[in-house]
Amino acid sequence: MALSRDDVAKLADLARLELTETELERLVGQLDLILTAVDSVSQAATAEVAPTSHALALVNVMRDDVVTASLPREAVLAMAPAVEDGRFRVPRILGESA
Amino acid sequence: MSPAPALLDFDRAMALFDPALGLEVHVELNTRSKMFCGCSTEFGAEPNSQTCPVCLGLPGSLPVLNRRAVESAIRIGLALNCSIASQCRFARKNYFYPDMPKDFQTSQYDEPICHDGRVTVEVEGRQIVIEIERAHMEEDAGKLVHVGGSTGRIQGADHSLLDYNRAGVPLVEIVTKPILGAGAQAPQVARAYVAYLRDLLRALGVSDVRMEQGSLRCDANVSLMPRGATELGTRTETKNVNSLRSIERALRYEIRRQAGLLVAGGRVKQETRHWHEDSGTTSPGRSKEQAEDYRYFPEPDLAPVAPDPEWVERLRLELPEAPPQRAAWLRAEWGFTEAEMRDVTGGGALDLVVRTVAAGAAPAAARKWWTTELARWANSAGVELEAVPMTAEQVAEVQALIDQGVINDRLARRVFEAVLAGQGDPAAVVRDLGLAVLSDGSALRQAVQRAIADQPEVAQRIRQGKVQAVGALIGQVMRDLRGRGDAAAIRQLILDELTSGQEAG
Amino acid sequence: MNDLIHKGAWELSQLMTGGQVSSQEVTTACLERIAQVEPAVAAFLHVDAERALELARRVDQRRADGQELGPLAGVPVALKDAFAYAGAPTTCGSLILRDWIPPYNATVTQRLLDAGLVILGKTNLDEFAMGSSTENSAFGPTHNPWDLERVPGGSGGGSAASLVAFETPLAIGSDTGGSIRQPASVTGTVGVKPTYGGSSRYGLVAMASSLDQPGPCARSVLDAALLHQVIAGWDPKDSTSIDAPVPDVVAAAQRFDLAGLKVGVVEELGGEGYAAGVEQRFAEAVALLEAGGAEVRQVSCPHFPLALGAYYLIMPSEVSSNLARFDAVRYGWRVDDDGDHSVEQVMRRSRGAGFGAEAKRRIILGTYALSSGYYDAYYGSAQKTRTLIIEDFAAAFEQVDVLVSPATPTTAFKLGERVDDPLAMYKADLCTIPSNLAGNAAASFPIGLSPQDGLPVGLQVMAPPLADDRLYRVGAALERALEEQWSGPLWAELARREERP
Repeated sequence: MALSRDDVAKLADLARLELTETELERLVGQLDLILTAVDSVSQAATAEVAPTSHALALVNVMRDDVVTASLPREAVLAMAPAVEDGRFRVPRILGESA
Repeated sequence: MSPAPALLDFDRAMALFDPALGLEVHVELNTRSKMFCGCSTEFGAEPNSQTCPVCLGLPGSLPVLNRRAVESAIRIGLALNCSIASQCRFARKNYFYPDMPKDFQTSQYDEPICHDGRVTVEVEGRQIVIEIERAHMEEDAGKLVHVGGSTGRIQGADHSLLDYNRAGVPLVEIVTKPILGAGAQAPQVARAYVAYLRDLLRALGVSDVRMEQGSLRCDANVSLMPRGATELGTRTETKNVNSLRSIERALRYEIRRQAGLLVAGGRVKQETRHWHEDSGTTSPGRSKEQAEDYRYFPEPDLAPVAPDPEWVERLRLELPEAPPQRAAWLRAEWGFTEAEMRDVTGGGALDLVVRTVAAGAAPAAARKWWTTELARWANSAGVELEAVPMTAEQVAEVQALIDQGVINDRLARRVFEAVLAGQGDPAAVVRDLGLAVLSDGSALRQAVQRAIADQPEVAQRIRQGKVQAVGALIGQVMRDLRGRGDAAAIRQLILDELTSGQEAG
Repeated sequence: MNDLIHKGAWELSQLMTGGQVSSQEVTTACLERIAQVEPAVAAFLHVDAERALELARRVDQRRADGQELGPLAGVPVALKDAFAYAGAPTTCGSLILRDWIPPYNATVTQRLLDAGLVILGKTNLDEFAMGSSTENSAFGPTHNPWDLERVPGGSGGGSAASLVAFETPLAIGSDTGGSIRQPASVTGTVGVKPTYGGSSRYGLVAMASSLDQPGPCARSVLDAALLHQVIAGWDPKDSTSIDAPVPDVVAAAQRFDLAGLKVGVVEELGGEGYAAGVEQRFAEAVALLEAGGAEVRQVSCPHFPLALGAYYLIMPSEVSSNLARFDAVRYGWRVDDDGDHSVEQVMRRSRGAGFGAEAKRRIILGTYALSSGYYDAYYGSAQKTRTLIIEDFAAAFEQVDVLVSPATPTTAFKLGERVDDPLAMYKADLCTIPSNLAGNAAASFPIGLSPQDGLPVGLQVMAPPLADDRLYRVGAALERALEEQWSGPLWAELARREERP
């Protein structure tokens, strides 16, 4: 199926990605080409084939409930674009948590 | 926008509609370390002091699952009579929010570790079966503080601050199937279910279950369908319901609001609503332009969990008694009547009574204080009994003071008031406020003599053998001493005084 | 001592053990060489000269104190800039991380340091390892030392180029769809993708988590094996790492014997789209394996033609999720935080400004492939295709011990040639992708220069999971046979060219 400019704009919104009009236009064409190229995949995948999410069949990889050292607070906050009161500062939030 | 239709009277709403409930309860587990890293889960640390590359979502970091969290999830599932999945995977729930370090939540989607369980709760003597759809593992988010708004709320705030200490703390989310047929008892059923979960989780020792600290959180879904209909109505999800009492109130409110809408010919909008404890109302969350698409997919960084059946069986054998069995057993041990025990369990006082008895009080006394004095206080303060600022040990201490004759029941009430007001431990309160009973000494004797002198005709009747008239004198002595007397001692003293006077005279 | 830069890791190790040269001398030689050729090659994003010399000094001190040191102690190594190295910038070739200095070490980084290797700096890559040419680096492309007008492959073009620019004897790469093997192929170096889970991903900035794998890059098979030995092995910090002994790759790299080894030539990886010069060198190399005692046969892997399509669904899906965390909240570049914009707007703008075209393309593609209503058709189908590829490998490995193919269909292409044609760019990974999808071990070894353009050609060897040693056995035998023909290693040609006026 072909993606429209609006489809791509919606995806960009979902991905929190600001795109310029030029970027949008170019992506629409490129994504179509790529999606056509990958179409063979959906045809080969029949119902009886089980999907693989992990290449190797490891299970039950767990650790003991033991407390280990956290990072020094200064190191944590040193990376931040903005800090206030020992916390990461962000501009005002419009939406609400899911 | 036209004004919202008025709330419909609850009884009227129930005459017209059947409510369908759905409850999602998030339980914060009390593991020592976080779900996917070794950072401490201790409550109340300096902001961002319990974080590391993993729970901050730093580039390159990878999660490693906490075995104890999995074990707790399985134990919860077993206690809810769930089936335990032979194999399940984690999934990524993708959405952007500043409190989520990776901008996806590591959760479980179509493969929960526990599924298809059931529990039975009791409301007003009626047994109600609640089907559990699933219980799955996930991680908590960080904590936001909103700055610059008048109320500390998100609306109107200038900016927000983030503390990721809580990010990555393990959660188990327990989801019910639609609860139908509860009728007008629906709000009580919801409350009883969450109270049941709270007692169960505490008995399992898997969580602190402190609703006020957020270690037990409830989202309540409700929809209405016309009586006799079979198709569920449009539901709303009310968040931020942080006490047992609020669950009941929020659901009553939502039922009345939805019924009001429907009766006025309107439609219920499927949305998330927020409960406001102060006003006792719900308000809609900010509506999103489009439904969120979480783009779940299996978490490639974590191996699937395939609980060894032997492990699960061992955990099953180690399960503590289910709360109803435990309550029955305790009732027999304490010698309570069915009604007395219902007061205790229904009021959420079971564990408090257990602890008070353990601290030395007689079961009947422990029951009395928690279901009367303290229950009244909690009710008027609008908090859970559990959140009353008085410990089981302090209650036992008050009772011990009574048993020792230091105070009487009436003084005990004043001790409770003072302790609840934060004025110190019972013994200190008794000392500081001078509340001890005047069991001997001149003050007591003088008060008795004053009473006899003030009411000579009563004294005379007593001397003549009408001992029951002593009550009037006891009353006056008590008033005189502002309650600090022990009624039995006063009675004896009056009788002694009058008899000895007779002998002397 | 300029000749030090042409020596391999093993040789340098021998010289240092024998006291003929110090790590500081070797490190200094590499740093001088870097200063000399970087303007033309641009293999490094960050040269950590001061710390490198300090690390070298410490190794020399420990050696002087008579301490027991590992075989690679004091040997310089270059680290792909996708691995966290505490205190050094780790940009992943992206503007969004241009100022980020991680507060922790990747497990691979830590193991290098623990083994006494001297980290020279961070090498260039396509942004977040997404590309086959390094042209997607926000900081400009790396040039292929064989022809500075051509790409060094990607995403690990910086690591591969640094080896044949003689800036370092060893380098670390990461391979998601061929990012170690394809650059190795087009630069005439050795590049190994271990079995998925064979080396730890902890601290490797994730591109596609179910496919990424760190691995060694070197000019010789033995050097790669020695580096493999250092970085591989179980890591409790990576839940997908395998708790099993590392196969003895160093012994395998010193075996030089192919007798009885069953080699399968993958029928589907050749023909249309493959350069004649590549196919010619590949056929000659296969003949050489046969002459060395291997039993060669054709093997069909019928689902391999679907691998590229499956990869371009799974990989972007994981990318879209892995790159979500770059939201300008906790670290990274933030734009337009001026009081007028909400956090949502700042996130959007920061991501819009911070990510390059290829990252955006893959994020959008992955967001689409995972979105509700399309999951089954795209991501779900791709995961099923993955199963089919794994089954192809399993069936093939019942017949043969290893599979071989060209490592990439063409030699190095010109800078700019495929920049505006994503599909053409993606085809550079046609041969390497199946092993990422299946998680088995694979490597590229140099097999000569194409008679068409005089550029290096690589042969890919693929082995079953945890049989990484077979790669080295084949590689070492092939290397010895070829070097006999050439009277020296392939890269010696480059060194000779430089000496000519």
